Amino acid sequence: MRDVAVIGIGMTQFGELWGKSIKDIFVEAATKAIKNAGVDHIDSMYVGSMSSGLFVGQEHLGAILADYLGQTPIPSTRVESACASGGAAFRAAYFEVASGASDIVLAGGVEKMTDGADVTEALATAADQEYEVYQGVTFPGLYAMIANAHMNQYGTTREQLAAISVKNHRNGANNPNAQFRSPVTLEQVMNSTLVADPLRLLDCSPVSDGGAAVILCSMDVAKKFTDTIIKVKGTAQASDTIALHSRKSLTTLNSVVTAAHKAYKMAGVTPKDINFAEVHDCFTIAEAVVYEDLGFCEKGCGGPAAEEGRTAIDGKTPLNTSGGLKSKGHPVGATGIAQIIELYEQLTGQAGKRQVKNAHIGLAQNMGGSGASCVINILEAK
Amino acid sequence: MISPKYHREIPQRYRLEAGKCKACSNISFPPRLVCPECGKNEFETVRLNGEGKLLTYTIIRVASDKFFGKTPFAVGIVELKDGVKLTTQIADVDFDKIKIGIKVKLVFRKIQDEGKSGLHCYGYKAVLV
Amino acid sequence: MVGIVGYGSYLPRYRIKVENIAKEWGSDPEVIKRGLQLFEKTVPGLDEDTITISVEAARNALKRAGINPQDIGAVYIGSESHPYAVKPSATILIDALGIGPHVHVASYEFACKAGTEAMYVAYSLVKAGEMKYAMGIGADTSQGAPGDALEYSASAGGAAFIMGSENVVAEILFTNSYTSDTPDFWRREHEFYPRHAARFTGEPAYFKHLVSAGKALLEKSKMKPSDFKYCVFHMPNGKFPQMAAKQLGFAKEQMEVGWIVPWMGNTYSGSSPTGLAAILDVASPGDLIFMVSFGSGAGSDGFVYRVTDKIKDVQNKAPKLRDQLDKDKIYLDYGQYAKYRGKIILNE
Repeated sequence: MRDVAVIGIGMTQFGELWGKSIKDIFVEAATKAIKNAGVDHIDSMYVGSMSSGLFVGQEHLGAILADYLGQTPIPSTRVESACASGGAAFRAAYFEVASGASDIVLAGGVEKMTDGADVTEALATAADQEYEVYQGVTFPGLYAMIANAHMNQYGTTREQLAAISVKNHRNGANNPNAQFRSPVTLEQVMNSTLVADPLRLLDCSPVSDGGAAVILCSMDVAKKFTDTIIKVKGTAQASDTIALHSRKSLTTLNSVVTAAHKAYKMAGVTPKDINFAEVHDCFTIAEAVVYEDLGFCEKGCGGPAAEEGRTAIDGKTPLNTSGGLKSKGHPVGATGIAQIIELYEQLTGQAGKRQVKNAHIGLAQNMGGSGASCVINILEAK
Repeated sequence: MISPKYHREIPQRYRLEAGKCKACSNISFPPRLVCPECGKNEFETVRLNGEGKLLTYTIIRVASDKFFGKTPFAVGIVELKDGVKLTTQIADVDFDKIKIGIKVKLVFRKIQDEGKSGLHCYGYKAVLV
Repeated sequence: MVGIVGYGSYLPRYRIKVENIAKEWGSDPEVIKRGLQLFEKTVPGLDEDTITISVEAARNALKRAGINPQDIGAVYIGSESHPYAVKPSATILIDALGIGPHVHVASYEFACKAGTEAMYVAYSLVKAGEMKYAMGIGADTSQGAPGDALEYSASAGGAAFIMGSENVVAEILFTNSYTSDTPDFWRREHEFYPRHAARFTGEPAYFKHLVSAGKALLEKSKMKPSDFKYCVFHMPNGKFPQMAAKQLGFAKEQMEVGWIVPWMGNTYSGSSPTGLAAILDVASPGDLIFMVSFGSGAGSDGFVYRVTDKIKDVQNKAPKLRDQLDKDKIYLDYGQYAKYRGKIILNE
């Protein structure tokens, strides 16, 4: 397998894009990425989307998006791995380039969530339909059960979870593409409407429209287009039981532990070498648990880490400098690619007020369901 | 029309039928074709004891449209005496009385309706003992 | 000897007080309490219906009977609130309890008498030697139109009885039914609430049928009211069964244990069956029990039971009716009650 680089990025504003269809959103992001890379063609494309069928009634997304992007007859495939669809699309593109089958491949992600579908029901299809969702469980509900178990086992507090939301909103305020660009206070989070106890509205990522795309290519090709080479240093994916209740532990996400282990090994790094990370904070508790399971600290310290500023932009391990899913928005299928874009901007020094000092190696962790899928990519500035 | 898939799950939803692996005795609920513990594929059907304890819970305040009018309701993960864990609503409960570790038993309740004219869908819910 | 080998009851935990209903309709609760002798009633949870109530009552009956569910040859559920207009209630029950599939099931309807119909047919099949065990259930989530007098009484609950010939806890000695076409109360197809003919439901309907059936049963059994330790009648309100008892010659003390209506309401098809369950919960060997149901339309089924010495072995094997009635109550206000009973118009 040969080395692979990311040479171009493009994304839309995340938010409620009332005037734009799923096709408009994807084409905007993909066009920006192709232009940003400066390439004159792409050999193939992969698009992550969680549930275009339920959200907008459109399947066969690969073909329709290639068509509207003006890229027929190149191969184009939609990749689905629930909320990790974007990360999985990136991996598919990575392997196509690494194998030598193609030189330039687009990895994108898109979701259009505001066209009137029952969003709670659509998102819940990422859990076990017959043995979780049948009982009325929602995604906030599943993560709330993780939160209650985590609080019970490790003493994680409500304030600590709120601190994660406060931090991510603070970061997102400096991201021009973020859905929410206003900071929130600890009190605002703590007093927001209960969604699934103990999680409140400001613990939850929003319903969003948005698209994101990146261009991957072989190292030889990359050197023709740019001097700042952003290399894909490690990539890994892991699965876990679909139902939260089937797991031995309700407070450890095994897919994260496993994927992290494999990605670190491939990259030849340890958690200490990671300068910053974008993690899947679909709910505040998810960031706390993932921080632990990525090996940044012992189990149980995910809550205190945010409260003590260890995950702030100027902290030891900055998390979600983009604002995360919480503040930037979570158009499900686009999220994994948008994380790669934040890594790219940080590693190329283009993150503006969000810029992490000495950002050489970044990690993106994208997960589906209550952690039944996890994709981790590690990028490095060469 | 959900009749076929509803009908398929009746042994589990109505009477807690599970699959006990003949090789390693691990109980799968719902039954599986491959044992997640040992990978073997011969099972005997067993009925679970409906008593257990609560491992975690939440109060769902915002639900899908299917559960409109039913919120807020409590949901938890219950570990039954057989060691099997499952997700279930907790019925007839004062939310302040729900605690991790509390004893519960499963009862027979209506879980959801298929619209106004479709099937009534039944199954298990937990109540505090 | 053929009779009851196992019985079980089930009541929802939710309640509404007469005061809360009266307030909404500008009525004086004291008049209701004094006139109808009703104080509060059971209300089914949002997730409860005749089927779930029947399943829980039947599970309790199975616990007391201690038999293999596979030996039950018939299951009949009597109710006027079967969740489906077309589709039997008991198919769901047998699959929940592990009965059958070699079993005969049916849904019965005869206003408030459907439960004793189910019991009567179950008993008859065992007596005829057709099967070893048969189960009869009376259960309802009763409907009463908002603002109607029935709203104070229409409640939810049920009782299940397994009939058999071995280890009988209450032998059925005599039965008698009395039926005529008397249109005192009905619900047309597709209508949500029943209609009734006001005072016509009393003398020509309830009293005529119940007392005639009772008198004939006394004659048939060659017994007199004083021979019985307990009596139980259909309880549309607190007052009617007391008046019927008096007309038949029973004393207040004989009726007391089964007279659960003031705090439970009228569980329609479950009314006299739950009253019988309350009696069996406390009865002693040798006690005679006199029971007459009433269903509008109209008819009555009467039974004479003699409690056996096996009763003491089973009473504590499942929850007792009085405990369910008196403990762990959850009170609703009228708004919650209206929501729980589907009385609020919702969008599709």
